[in-house]
Amino acid sequence: MRISRVILSLCLVSLINVASAGVDETVWQNTLKGQFFSGRTISKAENIIAIEAPYRAEDAALVPIRVTSKINQTNEKYIKKITLIVDKNPIPFAAEFNFTPLSGKADVAMRLRVNTYSYVRAIAEMNDGQLFMVKKFVKASGGCSAPIGADLDAAMQRLGRMKFKFPSSVQPNEPNLAQLLISHPNITGMQMDQVSRFIRPAYYVEKVKVTFDGQPVLTAKTDIAISADPNFRFYFVPQSAGELRAEVIDTDGKVFSQTYQVKP
Amino acid sequence: MKSFWVVSLSLWLGFFTVQCQAKIKEAFTVQKVASGLFFHLGSHELPNRTNHGAIANIGFVVGKQCVAVLDSGANPEQGRLLKEAIEKITDVPICYVINSHVHPDHIFGNRSFKESGVQFIGHKNLARALQARAIFYTQRSVEQLGIKLTLQDIVLPDIAVTDSLKLDLGGRVLTITAHGSAHTDSDLSVLDENSQTLWLSDLLFVEHLPVVDGSLKGWLKELKELSRLKIKHVVPGHGPVLDNWRVALQRQESYLTMLLREVRAMIKEGKFIEQAIAEVGQNSSGQWALFDVFHKKNITFVFAELEWED
Repeated sequence: MRISRVILSLCLVSLINVASAGVDETVWQNTLKGQFFSGRTISKAENIIAIEAPYRAEDAALVPIRVTSKINQTNEKYIKKITLIVDKNPIPFAAEFNFTPLSGKADVAMRLRVNTYSYVRAIAEMNDGQLFMVKKFVKASGGCSAPIGADLDAAMQRLGRMKFKFPSSVQPNEPNLAQLLISHPNITGMQMDQVSRFIRPAYYVEKVKVTFDGQPVLTAKTDIAISADPNFRFYFVPQSAGELRAEVIDTDGKVFSQTYQVKP
Repeated sequence: MKSFWVVSLSLWLGFFTVQCQAKIKEAFTVQKVASGLFFHLGSHELPNRTNHGAIANIGFVVGKQCVAVLDSGANPEQGRLLKEAIEKITDVPICYVINSHVHPDHIFGNRSFKESGVQFIGHKNLARALQARAIFYTQRSVEQLGIKLTLQDIVLPDIAVTDSLKLDLGGRVLTITAHGSAHTDSDLSVLDENSQTLWLSDLLFVEHLPVVDGSLKGWLKELKELSRLKIKHVVPGHGPVLDNWRVALQRQESYLTMLLREVRAMIKEGKFIEQAIAEVGQNSSGQWALFDVFHKKNITFVFAELEWED
C-alpha cells in the first residue's frame, strides 16, 4: 500500500513535469481562440490547408514553417486570409497573410521564433467567412539557442535591403513561386536595458505588401515572432511581363521597397 | 491523507534535489594544464535538468597578486564549486572573472563571484548580447535546466574589451583578445604568456560538434589567424586539452568549411532552407558528439547568414 502510494506520488511529479512541457491546448482554448475569433466556429479541415513544421525547433530564432493550400484561388471560392499563431510565445500572434484570387495559390512559407514547446497553428478564412484550422506541435530547441538574431551588427548594416528570388523560370498565366527576403533585425523588445533593467521597445517589420503591376498579390501584417531578416515564399500569377513590387513598413515608420521586372 | 501527499511529494523533491547536487559536486574536479593554470573538464551533454547546464570547461589562472577566473560556470552552484576549488589551491584573492562569451553554460556562475574587489571582464558586445538574451535564458531556466535563474544571476561586465587588454595578475600577464563575430558576437580568448597557454573557450570545440551562433565566415577568419599562433597548450570550451591542438583546430575548420561550401551551393541552386536542413553534411554524422542536436541548428544559422552574401 505504502509503496504503491510512493510510486503514485513519483508518477504525479513526473506528470507535472510532462504537463508543463507537453502538448497543451489551454492557452488556445482559454484565451487565444476568443481573442482572435470570438464566437466563431473553426472547422478542422485538412482538405483546405496543410501546415509543415519541424518536429523540434533546431534553432529557436528560426523555425521554417510552411502553409500550403489545397484549393485553387478562384473568384467564387478563395482563401482570403491565413493567420499564424504560436500559442506559447510571449506574443502569440505571428502574422496574418491576405490573399486574392490573383495570388493563384494561397501558400505561404516563413520563418518563426518559437520560444518554447508550443503549437503553431494556421487558421484559414475563406471569402465567405468560413474558418479552417491546422496545427503542428513544435518542441523547443535546447542548448544555447535564443529566439533573437545572432549578429545584430550585420543585420543593422543591411537594414532595409530586399531581394526577390525565383526557384524556377517564371511562366505566364499560372501560379509562380516567388521568395521575398527582407533584411531587418526584427528586435523582439524582450530585452533588458543595461541601466534600468527594463524592457526596451521592439523594432520590427509590421507590414508587407506585394503587388504585381499594381494589383495586390500578398498583404501581410507581421509581428515579432517573425525571425530576423523576414523571408516569405508565396505565389503570384503574371498574365504578361510586369513589375513585382514589395513594400515594407517597420514599427519606426521606415518604408523600404524593392521591384523586380518579371518577364515570363 | 492530504498531509501524506505533501510529505511524500516534498520528500521526493528533496531527495531529487540532493541527488542532483551530489552529482554536480561529485563531478567537480579541476586539472592542472600548466603551472598555476587549472581547468574543469565539462561533459558532452545537452544542458538539461540533471546537469543544470554544467557542461562546459571552466577554470582559472593564479598570479602572485590576483586570480583570474576563466568562465564562471553554468549556474550559481557550479560557480560556488569553482570558487571552493580555487580557495583550496591558493590564498591569492580573485580579482577578475573573465566571461568568454554570452552562452549560459559559461556565465551563469557569475553571481557566486560577485563581491567587492572582483571585476567582470567581457567583450564589448557582451553587455548587449546579455541584454538581448538574458530574459529568455532566465525565463526558461526551470523548464530547461531545472533551476530557477533570475535577472540577479546576470552580471554585466565592468570592463569591456574592444580590441585587446593586458591583465597583470602579478608576475603573470594575460592578454585578452576580443574577436570578431565567430562562435558568437561576443567571443574573447585569453593568452597566458607564462605557460604559453591559450584559453580559446568556444572558439574551439574538441569532440563536441562546433556550434555556430555568431558568424560562420567570421569564425573561419578567426581560425585562420589562431592557427598561426605559436603556443604550447590550448584549452577548448568543450572537450579535452590536447598536445596537438592544431589537429583539433583543423578538424573544426574542415567541418565549418564543409558547411560553408554545401550551404552556399544550395543557395546558388535556388534550394530552400528546409532542403538544406534535411540534406547538408549528413556524412559528418558519427564524427562528432551531439551531432544530432546541433548540426541542423548550424545549417539553419549558416543558411540565413549566407543568403545575404550577394
